[in-house]
Amino acid sequence: MTVIGRPLDRVDGRVKTTGAARFAAEHPYPGLAHAALVPATISRGRITTLHTGEASAVPGVIAVLTHLNAPELKPAPKVTPLRLSSLVSGTSVGYLQTDEVHWDGQPIAVVVAETSAAAREAAALVRADYAPAPAMVDFAAAEADARPQRGNPLMPGEAKKGDAEAALAAAPVALDLRYTTPPHHHNALEPHATTAVWDGDRLTVHDATQAIDWFRAHLAVRFGIPAADVRVLAPFVGGGFGGKVSIWPGTILAALAARATGRPVRLALTREDVYRTVGGRTPSIQRVALGATRDGKLTALVHTSVTRTGRVGGLPEQVTSQSRHLYDAENIFLRQSIVPLDLLSNTSMRAPGESIGTFALEAAIDELACELDLDPIELRMRNEPAVNPMDGKKFAHRMLREAYAVGAERFGWHERDPRPRSMRDGRWLVGMGVASAYHPSWRFAANVTVRLSADGTVLVRCGFQEMGMGGATAQAQIAADALGVPFEAVRVEYGDSALPMSPNAGGSAQTASVAGGVLEACGRLKRSLAAMARRTGGDTPETILRRANLPYAEAAAGSDTRFGRISGQVRFMANLLREQRRWVKAASGAQFCEVRVDPDTGEVRVSRWLGVFDIGTVVNAKTAASQLRGGIVMGLGMALSEETLVDPRTGRIMNAGLAEYHVPVHADIPPIEVSFLDDPDPTMPLGILGAGEVGITGVAAAVANAVHHATGTRVRDLPITLDKLL
Amino acid sequence: MAEISLRVNGSAHELDIQPQVSLLDALREHLGLTGTKKGCDQGACGACTVLADGERINSCLAPAVQYEGREITTIEGIGHPLQEAFVHADGLQCGYCTPGQICSAIGMLAEHKDGMPSAVTEHLAVTGGELDDAEIRERMSGNLCRCGAYNGIVSAIREVAG
Ligand code: FES
Ligand code: FES
Repeated sequence: MTVIGRPLDRVDGRVKTTGAARFAAEHPYPGLAHAALVPATISRGRITTLHTGEASAVPGVIAVLTHLNAPELKPAPKVTPLRLSSLVSGTSVGYLQTDEVHWDGQPIAVVVAETSAAAREAAALVRADYAPAPAMVDFAAAEADARPQRGNPLMPGEAKKGDAEAALAAAPVALDLRYTTPPHHHNALEPHATTAVWDGDRLTVHDATQAIDWFRAHLAVRFGIPAADVRVLAPFVGGGFGGKVSIWPGTILAALAARATGRPVRLALTREDVYRTVGGRTPSIQRVALGATRDGKLTALVHTSVTRTGRVGGLPEQVTSQSRHLYDAENIFLRQSIVPLDLLSNTSMRAPGESIGTFALEAAIDELACELDLDPIELRMRNEPAVNPMDGKKFAHRMLREAYAVGAERFGWHERDPRPRSMRDGRWLVGMGVASAYHPSWRFAANVTVRLSADGTVLVRCGFQEMGMGGATAQAQIAADALGVPFEAVRVEYGDSALPMSPNAGGSAQTASVAGGVLEACGRLKRSLAAMARRTGGDTPETILRRANLPYAEAAAGSDTRFGRISGQVRFMANLLREQRRWVKAASGAQFCEVRVDPDTGEVRVSRWLGVFDIGTVVNAKTAASQLRGGIVMGLGMALSEETLVDPRTGRIMNAGLAEYHVPVHADIPPIEVSFLDDPDPTMPLGILGAGEVGITGVAAAVANAVHHATGTRVRDLPITLDKLL
Repeated sequence: MAEISLRVNGSAHELDIQPQVSLLDALREHLGLTGTKKGCDQGACGACTVLADGERINSCLAPAVQYEGREITTIEGIGHPLQEAFVHADGLQCGYCTPGQICSAIGMLAEHKDGMPSAVTEHLAVTGGELDDAEIRERMSGNLCRCGAYNGIVSAIREVAG
C-alpha cells in the first residue's frame, strides 16, 4: 500500500497543540540577556549625536550598543552567482558600523538588559540627533524614474515576440489598462526572533529562518569565522512566506550583542520592529494592454510593470513572469522596470511577481471577455497555448483546460448570468469570477542521508526548513514508499545546519528538492542492501543487517564536504540551465470565486471558493490542501484589505501593526474547496510541482472579476475596499 | 518591583516583577511557559490567549500583578479533545497561533453555553442556540492565523462542540 498521497495527520501536530514546540525566542539559557532595537527616525542622513545616558541608567541595562562602541562586523558579501548564500543579505548596511542612515526604521542602537521589559524601556529612552539628507521615498512620484531591469537567463527583465504595439494599434478590439497594487507585509504570526550564544569563537543561533544554510554561511562571513563554527537551528518557524528567507538586522544584531556582552542574547522583534527592519512586498504599477480579434483570439499582449527596490538592496520583482506562459498571443511585449528608493529593501513574499502579476493580467483578460461578450473561461480556452508562447519550448505539464473543466462543473459556473449586476440573493448583489493561477516550479540540490536500522526503523536527515508546510510528514511518506516500510517507522530530522545541507524554503521548491535527495539516498540504500544480501543472504532488510552483523545501513545523496557542496552546486546549476532550456515547468490552477456585495455600503463578502490545482503529485492530500488554502487566504487579504501605508513625505510605515494592517480573520474566510488534478509531472522528482505559492496567484483577480460581475464596477487598484465601490 | 503569587495550571508561583510586566511576559520569561505565544503584544492577534478562571483573555494586555488570586490556565495545562481535533482537521500549519486558538475556543465554547450572544446571533432570547460555522467564525475572529488554517480550525471546533 502506498503512503504517498494519503491525507495523514502532520507528525508535528501534537507538539504544536500542546505548547511543547519551542520557537526561536523560546530557548532558555543560563544568564540569558534580552535585547531591544532603537529605530532611526529619518529616512536618509547621518547620526550627529546619540543620547544614551538615560537608557544606560535604567536598572538592569547591561549595554547600549551603537556605532560608537559596537564590535566590528565584516561587510555584507557582494552578490555573486558563485556564492548563492550572498543572495541572503537583506540589506548591504553594516549595522551599528556607521553613522549613516539608509531608511526610516534602520536600527541605530541595541539595548541589552536583564529582562525584556528593561530593554524595551531603555530602548525608548535613546535619542538621536541627525543631519538629514534628501531622500526619495514616494513610490508614486518616482514612477518616471524607473529603469528597465537587467535580467538573467532564469529571470529575464524583458521579453518580446513580434511587434506587440503595432498589433495593438491594429487590433479590432483593444484595451489598455493600468493596475496598481500596494506594498504588503508577510506578517508571519511569529515575529522574527533570534537567540544567539557564543562559545569562544563558535556561534549557535536559534532563528526564525527559511534559509538555514545560507544564514550559517552569511553569519560566518559577517563575524569572520569558519562556517563550520556556526550552527543555525530552526526546527519550528512560525510562518515565513518569504519574510524569513533573507537575513535582516535582528539576526545579525543579536549575534553582535551576544559577542559584545559575553552573554547569550535573545532578540525578539516587536511586531512594529518587523515592519521597520524586515522587507515587504514592493508596490506595483502595471500596464496590461490586450489586442484581440472579434472572436477572441489574442493578437497582442503587453504587460509592463514598475516596482521598487531599496537603495540598500532588494529584489527585482518578477511581475510579468506568468505573462510569458499563460496566453498564446501572436505578439507579446513584457518589461519590468524598477526604481530604487530610500526605503528598506523589498523582499520576496509568497509568489513574488506572480501574485501581483496575475492580478493585473487575469483581471485584464476578464475585462476583454466582457468587451467581447464572451465567457471568460471560453476566452482563456481560445488562447490556451500548446507550447510556451514566447519561444515554443515544451510545457513539462499543462493542465489548465482540465482545471477549468473540473472547476466549472463543481462550482456551478453555468448558473452564472454573465450580465453584471444581474444576480442577487436578497439584498446582496452576487458575483462570480475566475482567474488562472500560475507559479514556476523549481528544484534545487538537497543533501540527504537515510539510515535503516536492524529494528526496521528509518531515520531521514536533511537540514530543511519547517514553517508549517508539513515537510517532515511529506518526506516520511516519500521515504516509507521508497523503502517499503510503514510510515510510522520513519523519523525525519530537519531544521538544523548540523544536518546535511538543504536549499532554503523558497520558490515552492523544498518538497521536490528534498524528495529528490530522499529518493536518491533510498535508492542507494536499497542497492547496498541487495549487494549485502547477495553476500550473506537474508530477504528482509532486518534479516540482511542481522546476518551482516550491522546495527544499520546508511546511504547519502550529495556530500557535505566543502568540495562536495561546491561540485554538487555546479552540477546542479548546469542541470537547471539545461532543463530550463528544454522545459517550462510550473504549477497552475483555476480559481473560482463567489462574492456578495452590499449595494448600500459596498461591503464585499467572499461566500464561496474553489481552487482546482495542478501541482503534479500530491504527497499528502491533507497538508497540501492546507498550504493551498493558506495561499488563497493570503490572496483574499491582498484582494480586500491588506495594504502597508508608507508616508510619502517621510518614508515611515504608518500602520506597522496587526491592528492597522488587516489580515483576514476567521469571519472573512468561507469554506475553501481545494481540488487536485493529481497527475505527476514527468520532469520533477516524484512528479512534484510545488504547492506553497501557486495558491495565492490569481486570487485577487478572481475576486476583482467577481466584484465586477456583482456590481458592474471595475476596481484596478488593490485592495478592493468599500470606498472604491461607492 | 512587586512580589506576587500567580496560580498557573494548578500550582502557585512566587514572582518578583515590575508592575508593568504583562501576564504574557510573566508566563513566557519568568515562568518559562513558552507555549503561550506573542504575535503582536497589543491585543490584535490572539496568540497570547489564556484562560483566567475559565474566561479567555489576551494575556499581553493583562498586567500580571492584577491576576494574583486568579486561576490561570495555559496550553501546557490543557488536556482537551480540541487538541486532537486540531491535528486531525489540520487546523494548523506553523503552529504559532495554535495554543491561542485552542485556549480561545475552549473559552468561546463556555461563553456560548452560558448564552452569551455574538454579532451574528439572530435571536438574543434563545440561549445556547446552534453553534453553526458563522457563529464559530465570528466568535473566533480575535484569533488570527496567518497560515490561513481557518477552515480546519472551524471544523475542529465544530466537531468537538458536537
Ligand atoms: S500577542 Fe496578545 S493579542 Fe497578540
Ligand atoms: S498555524 Fe501559522 S499562524 Fe496559524
